Amino acid sequence: MVKVTVDGIDVDVPPGSNVLQACEAAGKEVPRFCYHERLSVAGNCRMCLVEIEKAPPKPFASCAYPVAEGMVVHTDTPMVVKARQGVMEFLLINHPLDCPICDQGGECDLQDQAVGYGRDTSRYDEHKRAVKDKNLGPLVKTVMTRCIHCTRCIRFSAEIAGVPELGATARGETMEVGTYVEKALSSELSGNLIDICPVGALTSKPYAFVARPWELNKTDSVDVLDAVGASIRVDARGPEVLRVLPRLNEDVNEEWLADKSRFAVDGLKRRRLDSCWVKRDGRMVKASWTEAFAAIAAKLNGVAGERIGAIAGNLADAESMLALKDLMSALGSQNLDCRQDGADTDVSRRDFYSFNTSIAGIEEADAILLVGTNPRTEAPLVNARIRKRWLAGGLTVAAIGPAVDLTYPVQWLGDGPALLAGLRNGNHPFAAVLKAAKKPMLVLGAGALARADGAAILAACWALAAGSNMLTPEWHGFNVLHNAASRVGGLDLGFLPGAGGKGLSAMLGGGVDVLWLLGADEIDTARIGAGTFVVYQGHHGDRGAARADVILPGAAYTEKNGTYVNTEGRVQRGQLAVHPPGEARPDWAILRAFSAVVGKTLPYDSIEALRARLEQTNPVFARVDILPRFGCTDQAGPAGNPDAVAVAPFVPAIANYYQTDPISRASPTMAECTETYVAPTRAAAAE
Amino acid sequence: MAETAPADFVQPDSFAFDAESQAEIAKTIAKYPPGKQASAVLPLLWIAQRQMGRQTDSAWVPTKAMDEIARVLDIAPIRVYEVATFYLMFNTAPVGKFHLQLCTTTPCWLRGSDQVVAACREATGLKGWKENSPDGLFTMTEVECLGACVNAPILQVNDDFYEDMDAEKTKALIEALRRGEIPKPGSMAGRQTSAPEGGPITLTTLSFEKAQ
Repeated sequence: MVKVTVDGIDVDVPPGSNVLQACEAAGKEVPRFCYHERLSVAGNCRMCLVEIEKAPPKPFASCAYPVAEGMVVHTDTPMVVKARQGVMEFLLINHPLDCPICDQGGECDLQDQAVGYGRDTSRYDEHKRAVKDKNLGPLVKTVMTRCIHCTRCIRFSAEIAGVPELGATARGETMEVGTYVEKALSSELSGNLIDICPVGALTSKPYAFVARPWELNKTDSVDVLDAVGASIRVDARGPEVLRVLPRLNEDVNEEWLADKSRFAVDGLKRRRLDSCWVKRDGRMVKASWTEAFAAIAAKLNGVAGERIGAIAGNLADAESMLALKDLMSALGSQNLDCRQDGADTDVSRRDFYSFNTSIAGIEEADAILLVGTNPRTEAPLVNARIRKRWLAGGLTVAAIGPAVDLTYPVQWLGDGPALLAGLRNGNHPFAAVLKAAKKPMLVLGAGALARADGAAILAACWALAAGSNMLTPEWHGFNVLHNAASRVGGLDLGFLPGAGGKGLSAMLGGGVDVLWLLGADEIDTARIGAGTFVVYQGHHGDRGAARADVILPGAAYTEKNGTYVNTEGRVQRGQLAVHPPGEARPDWAILRAFSAVVGKTLPYDSIEALRARLEQTNPVFARVDILPRFGCTDQAGPAGNPDAVAVAPFVPAIANYYQTDPISRASPTMAECTETYVAPTRAAAAE
Repeated sequence: MAETAPADFVQPDSFAFDAESQAEIAKTIAKYPPGKQASAVLPLLWIAQRQMGRQTDSAWVPTKAMDEIARVLDIAPIRVYEVATFYLMFNTAPVGKFHLQLCTTTPCWLRGSDQVVAACREATGLKGWKENSPDGLFTMTEVECLGACVNAPILQVNDDFYEDMDAEKTKALIEALRRGEIPKPGSMAGRQTSAPEGGPITLTTLSFEKAQ
């Protein structure tokens, strides 16, 4: 540790720290624009000037100056104050004074720091320069005249997102930040540019001129649009969710958020189910809760338990899944499934179906094998973490599946699971890399498990992991990367066919007379038997509602308190930010109310009681937010014959990253992204 | 001043290095240590610009050429765009066959660069900077110090310096260029490099005998 004195306060900081970090350790605020903890140091805004004793008598940019033993730093001398005032004056020379019409207003670093460190009046009478705005696609709005050239966006796109498309062209007075050749940013993390831009140059296009930060109610919650479970903050005004921002969570999303999770929220206002609907004489008519419940109860009357089934969707919270499971068993049914993709999972052990290394654990790995997964679309934040690990050096990544650009170099071994055998018996050259690695990882995509030979692939991957030093008491390198937020929770609480119960395909093919869909929209509704009575409980008028005989309006993830388990097995709580629209109600409450109608009253009247029942069902639900790291002491593999894998190549699990669930399908912003990013690729593929 | 974005003109659809350039590129890249090939971006831009001059009589670097350089050096295209637009030596828009680069920095200005600029305008008919003459022959660019102040004012045509210019010499030079002649570069006042006007004088009048 290096001893540094900042304004008379002694602090110890790790060697290699910069002076700015030392000042922060001493609790001193240092203004900055270009410096960002997660990006490389640029040192070009000059706002973080400090004075250092026994150094040349000039202000130093503290972000770019390393600490030395015994250094004495001052952050509040007249020289520092004057220097910062001068820098601020220069920054404001070409910055427009358009705060009243700027979306950054109220949460703008330049605004705040101009008040804190600037002069009170302007001495500048000359013309300011104007810069043409750039079109960076449907998500990021640009007002480039406001840009102060901190280059954070350039560094973010090159370093974190791994799509070096932004740059600074020309120089001096004519310098501009942009892509030079106009193009939409091809990153699933582009929304983070809005967060890191310290001024109003890059703002959210869908959120333009919508609200001021002080008008918003902020609710901490968790994202459900992929299985990563990123920590988010939901900003709402009145009954409307206006935007979603990431929240710092080093274990999951650091401070980033994927574009779908950030921008799909305008889908929460469209195509909503806000009242009950019942099919009468072949037409759906609006109904009251009593009528809707009565219609279902009438249909259920006389139907045997084994002719009733339930499917849980990808966005379902654990509470409502448990309530539905309890309702089904009260009705005598064992026909349950939470795997809309038809995946074959072995739930006898939790580490057979979760991301055991943990997302933060990726940073310790030194070799990664991706099997049948494209983390860039299935979990962009996991992909960003792998890229971060690759940037640190010493990581080898190989993959089996269709070759795509993952933003880091990948050895594409081939596209079929047959390769796993060669890796297992050491014939494949990459087997040696896995063997030599100290902390190797295998990431198996959920899409691979949904194949007919899913169980065999799972067994083959586990066997490969066991034989490649991935399963040790200190290190668990076997991972399943899910793409549905509800999946691990559903598997944890056993939303699966019970003894003699029917699974997804058996229920769909006319195997049940009454089918309860809990937000299940990713199934092929055409496969539901013609005579099956479908109850759809959910929040969007999507595929499931289109096939339904009774619709019960539920709450979206921003409108209810719910528990979700991410792909790591991390139990997290989402919170109610706004109330559900119209007649819609939290899903567990709907199920509880209906249970009373059919005389099978569920034994919980509050979410706390339901959560107690959840913990009783599986103790993992008691441990919220925290996920202890664990190794693997039992190498016995899951059921399935590792040699029974088919030759068919892996196919992408997600065809269109921007539209994967009822919320994103209802979002105009996501539709625009599909038009911009996915449609051209599709058109090219069709040719 | 470098263009900030390509506009108002047509970019070619493709660009490929010819055999001459490729031989040069191989030699250039070999000068850099392995893994540091990205450093060759400046010489490669220069090679591309000269190839365009050879092939089209307009020495400039189209975006496609920058993309090709990025491909050859295995770097992101934007990194090449940044460099190409930073250095004024690279033209990111088409220029005339004779790129007239006029120095107007203080020493040249004191020695009459204003008259040289006016003569250029008169002889070429060009009104503004960075404008191309309709016949494709001339483009005038105002440049900063060319580093030959002792022979001011300077008019650089493509790669060559024409020194000790004045209005008459400028007009004569441009007329010659128009006729397809390339006058010998260097001092237009007949000086030997930057030696005094009227020939060498140092030591010619000194008498050693008298001194003794």
